[in-house]
Amino acid sequence: MNEAPPVVAIEGLRKVFAAPDGTPFAAIDDISLTVRPGVLTALVGPDGAGKTTLIRMIAGLLQPDGGSLRVLGHDVHRDPQAVQNRISYMPQRFGLYDDLSVQENLDLYADLHGVPDDERRERIGRMLAMTDMARFVARPAGKLSGGMKQKLGLACTLVRSPDLLLLDEPSVGVDPLSRRELWAILEQLIERDRLSVLVSTAYMDEAARCDALYVLHHGRLLAQGTPDDLRALAQGLTYEATPPPGVPARAVQARLIDAPSRIVDAVPRGGSVSLIRRPECSEAAMAALVPDAAITPREAGLEDAFMLLLHAQPGADVAPAASPAPPLVRDAEPVIVVRDLVRRFGDFTAVANTSFDVRRGEIFGLLGPNGAGKTTTFRMLCGLLPATSGTLQVAGVNLRHARSKARARIGYVAQKFALYGNLTVRENLRFFAGAYGLRGAAADARIAAVIKRFGLDPAMTSGILPTGYKQRLAMAAGLLHQPDILFLDEPTSGIDPLARRAFWRTITELAAEGVTIIVTTHFMEEAEYCDRIAIQDAGRVLALGTPQAVREAAGGDHTMDMNRAFIAIVEQSRANGESAAA
Amino acid sequence: MSGFFTRLRALLRKETRQMLRDRSTLLVGLMLPVVLILLFGYGLSFDVRDAPVAVVIDDPAPVARDAVAGISGSPYLAPVFVADMADAIALMRAHRVDAIVHLPSDFARRRAMGDAQVQVIINGTDTASAVIIEGYLDSAIAETSLHDSDRTGPGGSVGAVTVVPRMWFNDANESTWYLVPGLLVLIMTLIGAFLTSLLIAREWERGTLEALFVTPVRPTEIIIAKIVPYLLIGAIDIAVCLLSARFIFHVPIRGSLALIVLTSLLYLAVSLLQGLWISGVTRNQFAASQVALLASFMPATMLSGFIFDLRNAPLVVQVISHLLPATHFMAVIKTLFLAGTVWSAVVKACAVLSLYILVLGLLTHRTLRKRLD
Repeated sequence: MNEAPPVVAIEGLRKVFAAPDGTPFAAIDDISLTVRPGVLTALVGPDGAGKTTLIRMIAGLLQPDGGSLRVLGHDVHRDPQAVQNRISYMPQRFGLYDDLSVQENLDLYADLHGVPDDERRERIGRMLAMTDMARFVARPAGKLSGGMKQKLGLACTLVRSPDLLLLDEPSVGVDPLSRRELWAILEQLIERDRLSVLVSTAYMDEAARCDALYVLHHGRLLAQGTPDDLRALAQGLTYEATPPPGVPARAVQARLIDAPSRIVDAVPRGGSVSLIRRPECSEAAMAALVPDAAITPREAGLEDAFMLLLHAQPGADVAPAASPAPPLVRDAEPVIVVRDLVRRFGDFTAVANTSFDVRRGEIFGLLGPNGAGKTTTFRMLCGLLPATSGTLQVAGVNLRHARSKARARIGYVAQKFALYGNLTVRENLRFFAGAYGLRGAAADARIAAVIKRFGLDPAMTSGILPTGYKQRLAMAAGLLHQPDILFLDEPTSGIDPLARRAFWRTITELAAEGVTIIVTTHFMEEAEYCDRIAIQDAGRVLALGTPQAVREAAGGDHTMDMNRAFIAIVEQSRANGESAAA
Repeated sequence: MSGFFTRLRALLRKETRQMLRDRSTLLVGLMLPVVLILLFGYGLSFDVRDAPVAVVIDDPAPVARDAVAGISGSPYLAPVFVADMADAIALMRAHRVDAIVHLPSDFARRRAMGDAQVQVIINGTDTASAVIIEGYLDSAIAETSLHDSDRTGPGGSVGAVTVVPRMWFNDANESTWYLVPGLLVLIMTLIGAFLTSLLIAREWERGTLEALFVTPVRPTEIIIAKIVPYLLIGAIDIAVCLLSARFIFHVPIRGSLALIVLTSLLYLAVSLLQGLWISGVTRNQFAASQVALLASFMPATMLSGFIFDLRNAPLVVQVISHLLPATHFMAVIKTLFLAGTVWSAVVKACAVLSLYILVLGLLTHRTLRKRLD
C-alpha cells in the first residue's frame, strides 16, 4: 500500500493572511505532509491552529502563498476544478440548504456530482439507512437537530464515492452521542469503500481512531505519526494523584498547575488528578508538591502527548499568577433555588420541570447537547427571560418580583463576549464599571484590580485580541462589581486547551473566595472541575449531583470519563422514554 | 455538456424551491409592485382635485352667496360652508380644509359702493398646492364678479380681473400618464435591489457556497440559475404594470407592445444582475440590501428622469444619470408608451442594456470565482 501514490502531497506550503490589526501573519507556515490512499488521516490542533485554512487550500478554495500542493495528481493552484470534480468536502457549517428537505439536499448534490440515476438510488438509500434518516426525508434541513444536520451533511458529501473526502471539524458543537454515531458511519464507509479521508479535529478521542496524525499549532506542524508514535512521547511522564478523603480534586490540581516548572499539565478526572511531569523534573520533586496525595503512574494518552507538544512551544505558559487560595468559604444556605421551572415557547417546551439548588462558593455545571435547554435555563437564572412557571430565587431575591435587585448581585459573561471591539481594554472596563454603577475612585480601584488579576494590557484594542484574551477581558468585565454569583455561558468554546486550563484555574480560585459559579459547557471533561453538575437533554434534567454521583448513576466507576457517562445517561433516558411510550 | 444541463437543472430547481418557500421574497416580488402601482398611481399626482375650501359668509344678503357660487361650480374645489371664522380656522388647523374664503358682514354694502373685499386664506405648508388652489380660487371668484359686471355694467365691478390663469398641471390626468410608465422602471429596479441582492450574500453567510464550490459546478451555472426564477417573477410584474397602466390608469400605449415587453425584460436582466453582483461583492445580506437600495433604487427614482427633468440639472448630475441603465430604459419606455415606436431610440436602448448585461454578467462571474480569499 505504501507504493501507491499519495492522495495529497504538500511541500513547504505557506498561506499569509492580514491580522485584524493589518500586520501579516502566517496561517500556514511551511507545512509538508502527505495523505495516503485508503486510510483515515487527521489534522489535530486547537482552534486557530490552521486546520480549516489547510483543508480549504486542499479543496482549491484558497490560493497558496508558497510551496507546492498536489491533490490526486493535480496541481491545485493551476487546476482547482479538476480537483473539485473528484473530491467531496464537508465544511464546518455542513453546506446544507435549510429551506430544502433532506431528500432535496441529497438530490441536489447527487445532480451536481453527476451521479447516474440507478447508482444514486442505491447510494442515497444506503446513506439514509446508515444515518437512520429515512423517516425524515421530507423534513426541511433547517428543522433538523445539530446531530442530524451533521449526519445529513456527511450523507450529502457521500452521494458518490469520492477519490478523497475532506471533513472540516465534522463534530464541533454536537453532543457526544451524535459524535459517536458519526464516527461509526465514517469507519464503516472507509472499511467498505476504501475511502481516503482527511479530517480535522480538536477532539483527542477522535484523533485516536485515525491511522495517521498531523499535529498543528499556530500554522506550524508540531508532530506527525500514528497515535501510538505520539503517545510514546509522553510515556513515563504521566501520573495520577489521588487526594486524601475530603479534599476536592481541583484543590490538588490547582497546586500542581501552579508549578509550571515541574508540571506540564494537571486536570481533575474521576475524583483524582491526571498530571504530566516535566522530563527534567524528578518524581520526588513532583510528589513534594502534593505530599498529602497518593501518586501512581498511569498509561499515557494522546491528550498527554498533545499537551506536552503544546507546552514545548515558546510562550505557551499563559496561566496568570494565582494568589494563594484563601480558606474555603461555604455555607449550607443555597444562593440559588430553582423549583419546578418551566419555559415554553409556543407549544415547544424548552425547559421542563427543572429543580436544583446551588450553594455559596459552589461550581455548578450545566451540561448537555445543543438544544438541550442549557441556554434557556441560564437566561432565566440571569433574569433575562421570564419563566413560564415555577420558582426562581437568586441571591435571596425572587426573580419574578425584583429582577434588577438580583441583577446587581450577579455577573454575566455571554457566549459571544459582549465587548465593544473598537474600544480599548480600559475603555471597555470603564464602560462596564459605569453600567454597574461604579464611579470615581471605586471604579478606578476595581478596574486596576481586574486588570492585574487577569493580566490584561489596558491599551490594547479589544477587537483584535485572540479569543482566549477576549474571554479573560469578558470575565474581568463581569467581575467588576464583585458579584456574589457569576454566570458563564460556554466560556471555553473556541479557546485552546492551554487557555482553558488558565480559565479553570481562575474559576477554582474565585469559588474558593466564595463566589458562586454557574457554568455551561459542551466539553464533558470540564465537568470534572465542577462540584456538582446537571445533565440536560430535550429540556429535562437527566442527572444531578457530583461528577462521581453522575458517573455512578450512569453505571460506571471512577475510571469512566464524562463523555461515556453522558452517553450512557442520555441513552438510558431515551430508552426509558421509548419503553414508556410503548 | 450534458453535465452542464444536469447541473443547471438541479440548480434551477433548488433556486426555484428556495424562492417559492421564502414568503418574504414572494411578498416583495409580487405584492410590493402592486402596492407601488396603487401608491404612485393614485397617491403621487401633481393634480389638485376637489380641494376642500371653508366658506364663511357673515353677510346674510343673497348677493354675498352669489359671489362665491363659482367655488361650488369648480371641479377643482369643494366648498364647505361654515357658520363663522372660528369654525373655519379650526377646520384649517385640523387640515380638513386647504383654504378659507371669508365674506365680511359689510360685503353687500361695500359691494354697492364698489370696493367689496373677499378674504382668502390658504394653507401654505405645501407651496405647490397652495399656488394652484390660489389660482383656482381667484378664477372662481373673478368669474362670479365678471357675471356681475355684465349685469351692473362697467365701473361697478369687484375687480377688473379678466384673466383666467391656466394651471400647468391641471389639464386632464397628464401626470399619471407620465408616472405610470416610469413606475415600470422603478419596479424592475426594486426587484433587482431587493431580491437578487440577497441571493449570493445569503449563501456566503450560511456557508453553503463553500460546499457548492467544491463540486463540478461552474460559476456561470450558478448565475443563470439565480437569475431565471426571478426573471419569471419580474415578467409577472411587467404584466401587472402593463395591465394596470392600460385598464386602471388608461395610459395610452402608442408604441409596440412587444417592444415594451422586450425592453422591459432586458432592463429586468440588468437589474437582477446588478443585484447579484452587489451581493457577490458584499457577501453580507444587510450590506447588500443597503448598497443595492442606495446604488440602484434611489438613483433610479431621483436621477433617471422619473420625477425631475434632468435637462436643467448640473452637468455632473447629467453624466451620472446617463451612467444609470435606468435612465436609458426610462427614456425608451416613455417614448414607447406616449409617443409610439421610434426605432432609433429602441435600438439604442437595447444596445445599451445588452452591454450592461454583458458587463454585469462578467463582474458577477468574477465574484463567484470559487475562491474564499
